[in-house]
Amino acid sequence: MWSLLWANLGRKRSRMILTLASITVAFILFSLVEALQYALVGGVDLAGQDRLMSMHKVSFTQPLPRNYLERVRAVEGVRSAISLNWFGGYYKDERTQVFSYPVLGEEALHDVYPEIVVDPVQMNSWMTERTGALIGRAMADTMGWKVGDVIPIRSAIYFKKDGTNTWDMKIIGIFDNPNGDTNGLYFHFDYFNESILNQDNIGWIGLRLKDKNQAAQIAAKIDSMFANSSAETKTSTEKAFVQSFANQMGNISSIVTVIVVAVFFTMLLVTANSMAQSVRERTSEIGVMKTLGFSSARVTGLVLAESLLITFIGGLLGMLLGTLAVKGVAHAVKQFLPLMSVPSSAYVLGLICMTILGVLSGALPGWQAWQLRITDALRRS
Amino acid sequence: MSTLVRIHELTKNFQRGSELVQVLQRLDLEIPQGDFLALMGPSGSGKSTLLNLIGGLDRPTSGSIEVAGHDISKLNDTALGRWRADNVGFVFQMYNLLPALTAQGNVELPLLLTSLSASERRQRAAAALQLVGLSERAQHKPRELSGGQEQRVGIARAIVSDPTLLLCDEPTGDLDRKSGDEVLDLLQALNDQQGKTIIMVTHDPRAAERARRVLHLEKGQLVRESV
Repeated sequence: MWSLLWANLGRKRSRMILTLASITVAFILFSLVEALQYALVGGVDLAGQDRLMSMHKVSFTQPLPRNYLERVRAVEGVRSAISLNWFGGYYKDERTQVFSYPVLGEEALHDVYPEIVVDPVQMNSWMTERTGALIGRAMADTMGWKVGDVIPIRSAIYFKKDGTNTWDMKIIGIFDNPNGDTNGLYFHFDYFNESILNQDNIGWIGLRLKDKNQAAQIAAKIDSMFANSSAETKTSTEKAFVQSFANQMGNISSIVTVIVVAVFFTMLLVTANSMAQSVRERTSEIGVMKTLGFSSARVTGLVLAESLLITFIGGLLGMLLGTLAVKGVAHAVKQFLPLMSVPSSAYVLGLICMTILGVLSGALPGWQAWQLRITDALRRS
Repeated sequence: MSTLVRIHELTKNFQRGSELVQVLQRLDLEIPQGDFLALMGPSGSGKSTLLNLIGGLDRPTSGSIEVAGHDISKLNDTALGRWRADNVGFVFQMYNLLPALTAQGNVELPLLLTSLSASERRQRAAAALQLVGLSERAQHKPRELSGGQEQRVGIARAIVSDPTLLLCDEPTGDLDRKSGDEVLDLLQALNDQQGKTIIMVTHDPRAAERARRVLHLEKGQLVRESV
């Protein structure tokens, strides 16, 4: 049967190549779109289930008083907590962004974010080095920075009392994160705080719970603690926080879904038309096969198998080329979209799409082949 | 000789718009095992319809067709397909080879429905091609063969599964005289040497001369038999 399938695929080479090309292009696009979606909202999936984010009720750009951190730490059920600020850092030129965060409660950084892996010796050194910074592996690779380098990081948001906006930072350690972003820089809150005008404000609090099942109660407790104050809080799971951050760029999932559906619908029309044409040209051959004893089910099965084969060849080729393209692009956009890659879920979804499209595009010609009466088919030869 | 095909009161009607066309009318016929029968008659006399009914490609309006004791008019589509694969070989006027397959691939096609292994299928197809004298053209596609060669591949495909009955619809109708003679020689040899029962529809009296019996149909009825 394989020989028959292959022979049928190769009978009209130019049509087959064009059909395969359209499927391949569709799946390249699918891979790129999936990779882009993952780059934009992939952090949602990586976000810890036992972590809460507490920020100003209005927006995370609004500051919270420094003492909130201590008060949050004191809440029962909170295992550890740190605060971070959005520094708006860049290196030399504003286009070269450096995602930098002043950290308060540095000793708990690894407890709140255990996925951050750093050499304990480097971690200890960082704790004692006032101007020290921990940078991620991706940042080190992209910028060519190494331990011991002193780098001037400027802020697009904060200014020092002397009117400048540059903080010299000494790289003390490089951290890894096996499943996530390593394009960040952490430095000491005190080093940042001591030189700015409007002191003792933090951006948001990241806290880890003793029991993740207590998330809702603890979030409510924290928010009620600061209710009716000048800086009310909104506490949610980290996942919800990342999702709301991602949603600021629009409902990415919906946009991606619309694009993918449109692409695949077009591809379905192309493949189904190609299959229908191919089967129509073979009416008398189908009649001959039925004459020889091939059942309607077997003939229809052959049509469906041919349709699936085309879709899978084109689809797998498309996913392969798409993955290579994403790898190429990922390097160029590493600084802005560090998670740019085709997620494994996209491959599973791709295989499901290939199967559905293969079956749908072969369904009508398969049904026609099933219905075809031998005498009618032979009369057309 | 025992009777291989027994046809009793066979009637076939077609509906053409509002008109009912009676193609075969209460036809009775017996064909013994090992016979070589030619069916002749003018266009529309019902020869091809009769051939299709004997081969289980179509169903009678009424009456019965027994082949080797089986009433094939009572079989469902799947069982009829299986029966055709096991018992009948078809030779067509226009050869009807699959253009995407080689001669070898075309001859192997009916064997895909058997439990034979790939190597057994190859051997059987090679033997059938050798029998029709086309071993050296086994890897050629139909478009690379002459009409006579294509028809010989068609005959190899018809006999590869060793059927008892060969049904030939105008097998020389599209061939020149020399090629036609070669095809008829082959059919005659299959009948004489291998005992295949052959029913051949033809317009050509020269082809009919090769048969043991000639039946003439007119307006759906047998009008004459000559030997």
